[in-house]
Amino acid sequence: MDNNVMLRLSGIVKKFNAGTVNEKVALNGLDLTLDKGDFVTVIGGNGAGKSTMLNAIAGVWRVDGGSVVLDGVDITNLPEYKRAKYLGRVFQDPMMGTAADMQIEENLALAARRGKRKTLAPGIRKAERAQYREMLAELGLGLESRLSVKVGTLSGGQRQALTLLMAAMREPKLLLLDEHTAALDPKTAATVLDITERIIKEHELTTLMITHNMRDAITHGNRLIMMHEGSIIIDVRGEEKQKLTVEDLLEMFTKASGGEFSNDRAILS
Amino acid sequence: MGNFIASMPSAIAQGLIWGIMAIGVYITFRILDIADLTVDGTVCTGAAVCAVLVVSGVNVWLALLIATLAGILAGCVTWFFHTVLGIPAILAGILTQLMLWSINLKIMSGANVAVPSRSYSVLLTQMNVPMALVFLVITAVVIIALLYLFFGTEIGCTIRATGSNGAMSRAQGINTNLTKLIGLALSNGIVALSGAVLCQYQGFADINMGRGAIVTGLASVIIGEAVIRRIGKNFAVKLAGVFVGSIIYWIVYQTVVFFKLDTDLLKMLSALLVAIFLGVPYIKKQLSGRRKGGVVNG
Repeated sequence: MDNNVMLRLSGIVKKFNAGTVNEKVALNGLDLTLDKGDFVTVIGGNGAGKSTMLNAIAGVWRVDGGSVVLDGVDITNLPEYKRAKYLGRVFQDPMMGTAADMQIEENLALAARRGKRKTLAPGIRKAERAQYREMLAELGLGLESRLSVKVGTLSGGQRQALTLLMAAMREPKLLLLDEHTAALDPKTAATVLDITERIIKEHELTTLMITHNMRDAITHGNRLIMMHEGSIIIDVRGEEKQKLTVEDLLEMFTKASGGEFSNDRAILS
Repeated sequence: MGNFIASMPSAIAQGLIWGIMAIGVYITFRILDIADLTVDGTVCTGAAVCAVLVVSGVNVWLALLIATLAGILAGCVTWFFHTVLGIPAILAGILTQLMLWSINLKIMSGANVAVPSRSYSVLLTQMNVPMALVFLVITAVVIIALLYLFFGTEIGCTIRATGSNGAMSRAQGINTNLTKLIGLALSNGIVALSGAVLCQYQGFADINMGRGAIVTGLASVIIGEAVIRRIGKNFAVKLAGVFVGSIIYWIVYQTVVFFKLDTDLLKMLSALLVAIFLGVPYIKKQLSGRRKGGVVNG
């Protein structure tokens, strides 16, 4: 067993609506290995299986085949809430990553207890508040003075930044970002991406980041994969990745996917 | 008119008893975001268990405790239908409620059981409303205090998170099946407790006593929220608001009775009140959504 491997997906199969006319093979024997510290950006057209891959890792449902091994531990059959201990997740929908009816500090306190046994001890302690205030101040969004505000009143960008903080809190083995800037306006998206970079560097997190923006996919991370019809069709890293242009990617995609380029151009550009 | 005013303390007592029930509804409907129809059956289960035990000579406090446990059990059954068997929450509640109808008849060996206060030592009775009010106010304060503390604990926070956002809760390592179990059990335990208190107050348990309880409870929650909104957002204040809402509901009820208006219409009016209060925010959102186009802004 290679000690440097953080995640190994082997032959992951996921079918939706199996046995009906609407059957769709979302993941088609997917293999992927991430080294510790890898920051991988994931691109691909609609229905390529990007989110499905992240959900398979997070355990939102059971996969139909294959195995998920995280840091040497087979988590294929672990329910979602038990895997959460090892994973940090941020979703596309800013509403999805936080509890809107709870305060900022209560959301952070929940994240601080991820994977720990819950007791009748106070849901949040005084000492935590100072720590949270500090963490929020680093975001530079002015949230540090609004600890007891309901998260539902925050903007999409603020909620995504908060979700990022929560995801990183318990030093997850893997950070899963599912187009987490797609629902934001360009300026806010850039801010959230900056915060993302900072948090990943600070905690040295192994990361899978889905993005619809090819430029972001090239600029960020040390490795880039492109998915198509439930498999990985392009996997570049290091220097080769740094030199990529959007045009290169489009061309590679056309070649690898067998000329379906025109259909997906709008989605990928 | 003097008679009308004289009937108010009794209305307040009824309001406090049904307020306990409404607190149970608040836990499922507002905190856990589940409309749990089990309660229509659980009220009577609590009353039936308590009445039968008191009549057979069991200590009244012990009877209260066992009645509460019976309610907790009913909540567990609904949880089983909902989470283990995957039945939608509303239907799961209706199934348990229907089961409880039969079970309640079996517990009472009939449609009702009398617990007259002159024959048994009960904790409160409508024959002595002032004493009943003292007991009920203390009970309400204790319930509010305990729930306030509980929902501030780690476990309490996970239940609130589950109701607010289930997907987020699981992503944060919360076993949402377990939190739903705790919430449903707690809610139905409290509802059964209210039934047990009610049967002592009115001197009997009856198979029909919980009919429409969910709507009465929701009406109390909604009236309470409307009244308390200006006072504060503190959780304890919100819980107190449920009792206030219930008291207002029963004062209106007493008024309708006193002025010999048609009480047959009361359930319809309660249901319409609930429909209007739940519908208005939705309609408002629809209208504002159309104007803004529903874009998530930064």
